[in-house]
Amino acid sequence: MRVLSIIESAYRATVEEQDDTVVWLMHALKGAGAAIDVVLRGDAVNYAVRGQDAGGLAFGGWRQTEPPRIEQQLGSLAAKGVTVYALADDLVERGLAASDLRPGIETLPRAALAALLPRYDRVWHW
Amino acid sequence: MTTTRPALAFALMDAPFESARTTTAMRLLDAAARRGCDAKVFAYEGAVLLPFARQQAHPNAVHGRSAEEENHPLPKDIVAALIAEAAQHGGSLDWVNCGLCVDERGAGEAIAGVRRGTPGDFWQMVKDARNTLVIPTHG
Repeated sequence: MRVLSIIESAYRATVEEQDDTVVWLMHALKGAGAAIDVVLRGDAVNYAVRGQDAGGLAFGGWRQTEPPRIEQQLGSLAAKGVTVYALADDLVERGLAASDLRPGIETLPRAALAALLPRYDRVWHW
Repeated sequence: MTTTRPALAFALMDAPFESARTTTAMRLLDAAARRGCDAKVFAYEGAVLLPFARQQAHPNAVHGRSAEEENHPLPKDIVAALIAEAAQHGGSLDWVNCGLCVDERGAGEAIAGVRRGTPGDFWQMVKDARNTLVIPTHG
C-alpha cells in the first residue's frame, strides 16, 4: 500500500516537539514498513529551505539544547527512500527558489499534484 | 453466510475543547459504530487527552445551571459511549493512544477500553482498514 502524505500545517508546536509531528510520524511509519512519499505545500514548503537554525531558545536558566531540525529530518526521510516534493508555486509565492532547498527535495508544479494522487492507495492531508 | 465487518481507520490530533473537528470526528465514529463497523482510532498528539479519565464536569454560573443540569460534554464519556455503541451493534472501536504523546502530556490515566500504542499500530490499522481518514490539527 502506497501513501502520499501532504503536509500543509507548518511550524505548529515544532519548538515544543523538537520536530514537525507529521514529519516525525512519517519517519515512524517508514520504520514500520510503510511506503510513503511526502508533499510539502503552503507554508510547509519552508521546511525544505537550507540553513535553518532554531537554536538558542532559553527561558531563565533553561536552555533548549536540541532544537527542531526539520530540514535535516526531511533529508534523512529522503535518504530512507521517501520522495519529498515541495510545490513549486508555493515556493514562488514565498519568494523561494528551488536553489534555496536542501539537496534531495523535488519540486512539483501545483497543477501536477492532481495527476500524482492516483499513484497512491491513500492520500492524507495534514 | 458470513459477512465481514468493514474496518475504518482514523487518525485524530486535536486536543479536547479546542476544535469543532473533534465533534466531526466523533460524529463519523458514531456513524461507523451504528453500522457495525470495526473502527480503529489512532489518537496522536493532543487527541490522547480525549479519553483522559480525570476530565470533570462543572457547573456553569453564566448558564445558571448546576453540574448535573449542565451535563457538560466530556470527551472521555463520548469515547466510552462510542465504544459501547460499537459493541452493541456488533462492531468494535479500538482506540489507541500514542504512547509518547501520552507521556509528554501526563495523560496516562485513560478510560477503560483505551490502549497505549505506537505509530506501528497506526500502520497496522491502515493496512487492515478499508480506508483511512486523518483529521489533523491545523493552526
